[in-house]
Amino acid sequence: MLHHGWRYSGDVPPPSVVSARDLRVAFGSRTALDGMSLEVHPGRVTSLLGPNGAGKTTFIRCCTGLVEPDAGTLALFGHAPGSAQVLPRVGLMPQQTGAWSQIAPRQLLTYLSKLYADPLPTDSLMTALGIHAFASTPYRRLSGGQQQLVNLAGALIGRPDVVFLDEPTAGLDVRMKRSVWDLVGRVRDAGVAVLLTTHDMHEAENLADDVHIIDRGRITLQGTVKELTRNGDLESVFLAHTSPAEADA
Amino acid sequence: MTALDFTPAAGAAPRSRQVWAHATTEASLILRNGEQALLALVIPIGILVAGRFLGSRFGLDFPTLAPSVLALAIWSSCFTSLAISTGFERRYNVLERLAATPLGKSGILLGKATAIALVTGVQLVVLLGVALVLGWRPGLDPVALVIAVVACLLAAGAFAGLALCLAGTARPEITLAVANLVYLIGLVGGGILLPVASHPAWARPIISLLPTAALGEALRNGTAMTLVVLAVWCAGTLVVARKVFRWTS
Repeated sequence: MLHHGWRYSGDVPPPSVVSARDLRVAFGSRTALDGMSLEVHPGRVTSLLGPNGAGKTTFIRCCTGLVEPDAGTLALFGHAPGSAQVLPRVGLMPQQTGAWSQIAPRQLLTYLSKLYADPLPTDSLMTALGIHAFASTPYRRLSGGQQQLVNLAGALIGRPDVVFLDEPTAGLDVRMKRSVWDLVGRVRDAGVAVLLTTHDMHEAENLADDVHIIDRGRITLQGTVKELTRNGDLESVFLAHTSPAEADA
Repeated sequence: MTALDFTPAAGAAPRSRQVWAHATTEASLILRNGEQALLALVIPIGILVAGRFLGSRFGLDFPTLAPSVLALAIWSSCFTSLAISTGFERRYNVLERLAATPLGKSGILLGKATAIALVTGVQLVVLLGVALVLGWRPGLDPVALVIAVVACLLAAGAFAGLALCLAGTARPEITLAVANLVYLIGLVGGGILLPVASHPAWARPIISLLPTAALGEALRNGTAMTLVVLAVWCAGTLVVARKVFRWTS
C-alpha cells in the first residue's frame, strides 16, 4: 500500500497516471485550455485550483474523453482518454448532479457496480458514506450534500486507479466536508491517484499534496502547499496568480 | 466509517452484462415515469378503445386503426421518449458520468437502444393484446409480416436518429416542447394514425416521404416501397446524429 510520504525534492515520484502536455482546447472563439501541462501520480492528491471558467472542468472532460483537445498530448496510463483500456480504471465525480432525477441511490450504485468486474460492496460503501438513511429516496429529492455523497460513492465503486473529483465538497456543510476529506485521504493512502478541482483554499491546503493553480486555461503556478505558501498564505498566492472569474468552463 | 479497502483493483464487467445493466435500469426508469407511461400506453390504448367504438363515425375502421396504433407506439417510444430522456440526461450530466465508466459512449448507445427496444417490446405486446381483445384479427401473410418487422426496425432507427439530433443539440426544455409538438404533428398529420390516402391529394406526395407515414403504411398495407423511405431516413438521421450530438450541455 502506498502512503503519501514522498516529496519531489527527495523521493522519486511514481510514474504518472495522467500526463498532459501543452493541451489546447477552444470552443469557437473562446479558449478553454491554453497550453496546459499537468502530471497526476498514484497515491497523491493533485489539486487544480482556479477561479470559475479557468478550464478545470474542461480538463477533466479531456481526461474522460468527452472533449478532444485541439492540440497537445494527453495520456492516461499510456493510453488515449476514453479508450477501453482506460475507462475501467477511472472514477468520476461530476461537478453537479450526475444521475437520473428519479433514480434512488441504492439502484444507481447497484447499477454502477454491475459495470465493473470487482466493485466495492455496495452496502459497505453506502454505510461508509452514510447513504443508507436515504438509499431509497429519489435523487431529485436529496439535498445537495446527499447528492454529492452519492456521486462520490459512484466514483469509487469500481475500485479505480484514478479519480477525478470536480469540486467534491461544493455545498457541503462543515461536518460532511470533513467526512469527505477524510475519505479522500483514505483513498489516496490506498494508492489511488486523486485529481480534485476546487476554488476552496482551505480544501486545497488540507487535502492536496500538489497544487496547480490554473488561470485562463494554463497552469500559472505549481508545487506542494508548503512550497507555495513559503512567502504567504495560499489565498494570497492564488490571488496573485489568477484573474477575476469569468463564465464557467 | 467502516473499513473499506480502496486499493485499486479496476476491471470492466463483461460487455453484455454492462449493456444489460444499463438497458434494464433505463427501461425501468422510463416505465416508472408517469409522463412516459402516458405516451407509451395510456394514449395508444385510449385511441384503440375509442377507435373500436367510435372510429366508424370518423371513417376509421378498426382493422386500419389497430396497426396504426402500433406504429404510434414506436413513434412515441423511439422518438418522443428517447428525445426527452436523453435531453435531461445531458442536462443532469448523466451522460458525462456514464461516459467515464467502462460503458463508454458506445456502451451508452447500445444500452439506450436495448432499453428502448425493451420498452417498445412491452408496449407492442400490451397494445397487440388489447387490439386482439377488441376484435382485431391481423392477416398472417408472411411477406407482409417480414415487411412489417423490417419497417419497425428501420423506423426505430430513424426515429432514434431524429431524437438524438434534437436532444443532442437543444436545451432539454426546448427538446421537451419540440418532441411533444412533433409527436402530435406526426400523430395527426404525419401519416401515423391516418392513412396517407385520407389526406388532401396535394399533400400526399410529401406525407408519404415522411418516416412516420412510411411506417404507418408498412404496418397497414405491407407496402414494400416504404422500406426504401425508412432506410434513407434511418441512415440519414443516424449519420447526422453522430455528427451533431453533444454529450454535455
